[in-house]
Amino acid sequence: MISDHTNAIAIAGLNKTYETGFHALDNINLEIKRGEIFALLGPNGAGKTTLINAVCGIVRPTSGTITVAGYDIITQYRQARSTLGLVPQELTTDAFESVWNTVTFSRGLFGKPRSPAYVEDVLKRMSLWDKKDEQIRRLSGGMKRRVMIAKALSHEPEILFLDEPSAGVDVELRKSMWAQVRSLSETGVTIILTTHYIEEAQEMANRVGVINKGKLILTEDKNTLLRKMGKRHMVFALRDPVSVIPMELSAYPLTLEDDGSKLVLAYNDQDDNDISEVLDHLKSSGIRPRDIYSRQSSLEDIFIQLVEA
Amino acid sequence: MNYRGILAIYKFEMGRTLRTVGQSIASPVISTVLYFIVFGSAIGSRMQAIDGVPYGAFIVPGLVMLTVLGQSVSNASFGIYFPRFTGTIYEILSAPLSFIEIVLGYVGAAATKSVIIGTIVLATAGFFVPLHITHPLWMVFFLVMTCITFSMLGFIIGIWADGFEKLQLIPLLVITPLTFLGGSFYSINMLPPFWHQVSLANPVVYLVSGFRWSFFEKGDVSLETSVIMLLTFNALALAIIGWIFKTGYRLRK
Ligand SMILES: Nc1ncnc2c1ncn2[C@@H]1O[C@H](COP(=O)(O)OP(=O)(O)O)[C@@H](O)[C@H]1O
Ligand SMILES: [Mg+2]
Repeated sequence: MISDHTNAIAIAGLNKTYETGFHALDNINLEIKRGEIFALLGPNGAGKTTLINAVCGIVRPTSGTITVAGYDIITQYRQARSTLGLVPQELTTDAFESVWNTVTFSRGLFGKPRSPAYVEDVLKRMSLWDKKDEQIRRLSGGMKRRVMIAKALSHEPEILFLDEPSAGVDVELRKSMWAQVRSLSETGVTIILTTHYIEEAQEMANRVGVINKGKLILTEDKNTLLRKMGKRHMVFALRDPVSVIPMELSAYPLTLEDDGSKLVLAYNDQDDNDISEVLDHLKSSGIRPRDIYSRQSSLEDIFIQLVEA
Repeated sequence: MNYRGILAIYKFEMGRTLRTVGQSIASPVISTVLYFIVFGSAIGSRMQAIDGVPYGAFIVPGLVMLTVLGQSVSNASFGIYFPRFTGTIYEILSAPLSFIEIVLGYVGAAATKSVIIGTIVLATAGFFVPLHITHPLWMVFFLVMTCITFSMLGFIIGIWADGFEKLQLIPLLVITPLTFLGGSFYSINMLPPFWHQVSLANPVVYLVSGFRWSFFEKGDVSLETSVIMLLTFNALALAIIGWIFKTGYRLRK
């Protein structure tokens, strides 16, 4: 079979019912393009890990098909898995192994010839070079997480899964991890990350998929999503606070904020002429804005709208 | 075949053994010495020869078997149980490895360790009684095949177990009684007819018998029977392991 050059991953009609009878994935259809940074966003228990594990061969799909780089994960598991690197959610490492050995081991598992130079490069990129002979149990949590990323990169994967990469990681480390992921992406690696931090998806992703209760609610280009779903708000900061919205403005979707010192108009890209009308009305009722600025809703707001819908 | 993958698992497992090489070797050597002091010297001097073999020499093959059966099961079961327990198994499951390759890595390493320890026990026994091995090739065949078969059994136990208690339960409740009752220290021909028949249901009897035959050309059952039984157990263990990977039993959720 010829490798599909547009899709890194194609999932069709994927269902997963665990032995307990729990229906963790419900008819998932998803295509992820090569070179993308795709963020799978969803609350705890949504099925993010189950989805990743199904692609990586750790969870057996109940039905549906998955191809990775054009290879079927069941019938062509060798080719499919060779292209995948997985950094699981839990910090699971061999306590007594050295950093160097565990990364070399991972490379061997995936059938790649020994390459000390490549392993060195990965360890340097992960800022682990000075820890290469250290036993893993002596490392901090953040370093362990980087060891797991180094293991996943050891066999030069085309597609990298990061399952909740910043769970339990402090803000500073999170920022440096994001930078590392971005530079990986620049080398052409497709990146799929799961997160329940919206900030992370917003910061990193080109495309976002929202999953809830095993259902993929939507997949969308991040900016399109923000534009489509994101209500904009025009904020009129007032010189003199008002206690009520003037009668003549009651037809507009206005709210008062900060004890009446801000008048906020919700609007969409489509009906932007509202703004000038509101301005006219403000002028005629003698309300003088000190400042006018627009505010965009974050993925967080969108996410809450979607999940609660 | 993903040879590098097999080698990675094999080397990882051997490395784990090397980290605790002292205790890996000390405990079988010490128990061998104790068995020889008790059975070989103290009791053995008052025992008559069995099938023309002095008792001290008679127990050597049984003793080696006793050790390698226990070692194979515990090494292999621990080897696969531990990554399941810590979660590092995710990497094995997501690697481009077939079940045969995973088994070759884990079982190969466990069997290698058992063969080495069996050889050390044999050498230790050499300090107490003169060793004479009539059919060295058959001896190696029985030793290696037994180590492989029981390492596969250990692998199965390591996958079945869902706690450390179960991991120790089988060796304690099944393997140890079977080896003690399998003719390690006596010939089952010495048993009354009823118990003799019962003993023939014990797989260990065939291993000990075949192994002992390679030393003294005397066994409880014929060489052919021992070989056929050994190969049957081996095939059975392989079939169970094949089923485990096919169904994902306790491995893939
Ligand atoms: N091995 C399992 N057996 C039964 N249920 C499971 C198993 N693993 C996960 N689940 C359930 O499936 C749901 C999705 O879990 P998961 O994929 O881990 O969610 P997420 O990664 O989005 O937090 C959860 O309700 C979880 O309890
Ligand atoms: Mg998860």
